[in-house]
Amino acid sequence: MTLVRYLMAGVLATASLPAIAQDQSTAQPQPTIQLPQPEGPRESITGTLSNERTVIAIPALATSSVQNVAGLRTDSLGRQIAEVIAADLERSGLYDPMGPSGIPAISRAEVQAPRFAEWQARNAENVVHGFVDASGTGGLVVGCYLYDTALGSELVRKGFEIQPGDWRRAAHKCADAIYSRLSGEAPFFDSRVAYIAETGPKGNRIKRLAIMDSDGGNHRFITNGQALAISPRFSPDYKKIVYVSYLNNRVRVFIYDVAAGSQKLVTESANATFAPRWSPDGTQILYSMAVNGNTDIYRISANGGTPVRLTSTPGIDVGGSFSPDGKKIVFESDRSGGQQIYTMNIDGSNQQRISFGGGRAATPEWSPRGDLIAFTRMGGGEFRIGVMTPSGGGARMLTNSWQDEAPTWSPNGRVIQFFRTTPGREGKSSLWQVDLTGVNLRRLPTPQDGSDPSWGPVLP
Amino acid sequence: MTIRKSTAMIAAITMLAVGACAKKAPDTLPPAPEGTGTDTGAGTGTGVVPGSQEDFLASVGAMGDRVFFDYDQYNVDAQDQATLQTQSQWLQRNPAVRVTLEGHADERGTRDYNIALGERRANAAKNYLASLGVDPSRIQVISYGKERPAEMGSTEEAYAKNRRAVTVIVGR
Repeated sequence: MTLVRYLMAGVLATASLPAIAQDQSTAQPQPTIQLPQPEGPRESITGTLSNERTVIAIPALATSSVQNVAGLRTDSLGRQIAEVIAADLERSGLYDPMGPSGIPAISRAEVQAPRFAEWQARNAENVVHGFVDASGTGGLVVGCYLYDTALGSELVRKGFEIQPGDWRRAAHKCADAIYSRLSGEAPFFDSRVAYIAETGPKGNRIKRLAIMDSDGGNHRFITNGQALAISPRFSPDYKKIVYVSYLNNRVRVFIYDVAAGSQKLVTESANATFAPRWSPDGTQILYSMAVNGNTDIYRISANGGTPVRLTSTPGIDVGGSFSPDGKKIVFESDRSGGQQIYTMNIDGSNQQRISFGGGRAATPEWSPRGDLIAFTRMGGGEFRIGVMTPSGGGARMLTNSWQDEAPTWSPNGRVIQFFRTTPGREGKSSLWQVDLTGVNLRRLPTPQDGSDPSWGPVLP
Repeated sequence: MTIRKSTAMIAAITMLAVGACAKKAPDTLPPAPEGTGTDTGAGTGTGVVPGSQEDFLASVGAMGDRVFFDYDQYNVDAQDQATLQTQSQWLQRNPAVRVTLEGHADERGTRDYNIALGERRANAAKNYLASLGVDPSRIQVISYGKERPAEMGSTEEAYAKNRRAVTVIVGR
């Protein structure tokens, strides 16, 4: 088998990364073009997932010299970044990370000259090396490299010059580069989630808008809980969050400006407005409005203006999620009797039911890849998360619990987050995620109970 | 090159669903609220301020402020009509009072749908009161969907009490 060297050096700007540039100049000549990904055969899983996970050693990132940058020590950060990378890769369900605890630390020189035999002896198929150095301008330079221990070859390298407070993003971007190179999938770790944090008794829950990284890091509460907050959605550029607030005992959709800390109504109306969603380009907002008990779906410019009514059947037409190309909308309606899922064009034309089969179907969310629609299946007293094609075919359930509701997609369309509620007087809600195989079910850590997760795109 | 693994494991589970039905909630009455206002000589003579929430509850009964609905339904049946007729009599005796009709759903619906369903229920009660002569401009509607259950359990009995539209006095 031919040894081929793959290089992803697009982000390595020699001006901002003198260390890497210097290393490159003294190493073997490397191609400066990005080589195509191999088209070789892929191995399908035949056993259980746990038996198939690739072992990846991730020692603490090295540092050229221990320095204190904005109160953060470069050697401590090297360990923390390795921990975040390992946690990301482990959570994906595809990999079995080793370290940084329990494996040897590496020197700065080893970053580009790994001891492949030693890592092979530890049964690591891949090893991640990296460094954290002070940039000299108050920032940090973080580099990470993925190697194949059997081949002794470099698979990926990434480098970032970052503000010290963004070190977790550097870790997520490293993990994304590793995940993408090994799985062939698009990245998703470097993304954020808006959700509703919940506390208090079931009959009087306090619900607050909150945001966090995809792994639960950098958690922040947005609203103080005085008004019920539900169903948030990040704008595609993460600058705004559209959500429903019961402020002043009314049900209305607001757009919250994250940087400014202020909010405005999506539209002025005496009627209840709810269930908001962004268009993929962030210029439009879908919402539902109840007029004299009849709920329909409307579309409006994110800057305001005159809303366009998209549905007009008697009954409840609610929710809605744009296709990634922005040309279609999937929504739910009870026009046939119970809740079912329909698609339409963005002008409201060509409304077609796509969900059939047992039970009711609700809360459709179009995958960012366009190939699937996630939804909540209700039946037999239970809610489950399922997926089907945009034409309604191939429906399959991914979860099986008392009440799993409201799926939201990872940026690469491989993982679905949702919230799970337990029954009874002490029933609580929490955030979970499962991948499309339905086998990698995990609870997300949140400081309080959680519901209504909304996963945004990979950060710009 | 090493060969990389891709996952291709599909769980195909279909399930049947049956919409459940439930009977009306039984009238289990909590203690009537204590009157705290000054005695104006009107009303019941127990210190209840005429036109207040306490006065309303004293007149319609502690659970007479609400009507109940079957699963995923919003029709006002004979029992609801009787309840709303009692409410309308009080509302017509107190023509300056404004009310909010709160629509609620049980926890067996998805969040957004339940807000729409609560809107239906509150509007059904509002429209019936209006048909009895109550000026609809006196009635505000708000749906809480499944956000504010009256009963915390996950039983048919609790659900029956949570599928409700509640008339609340908000002022004059």
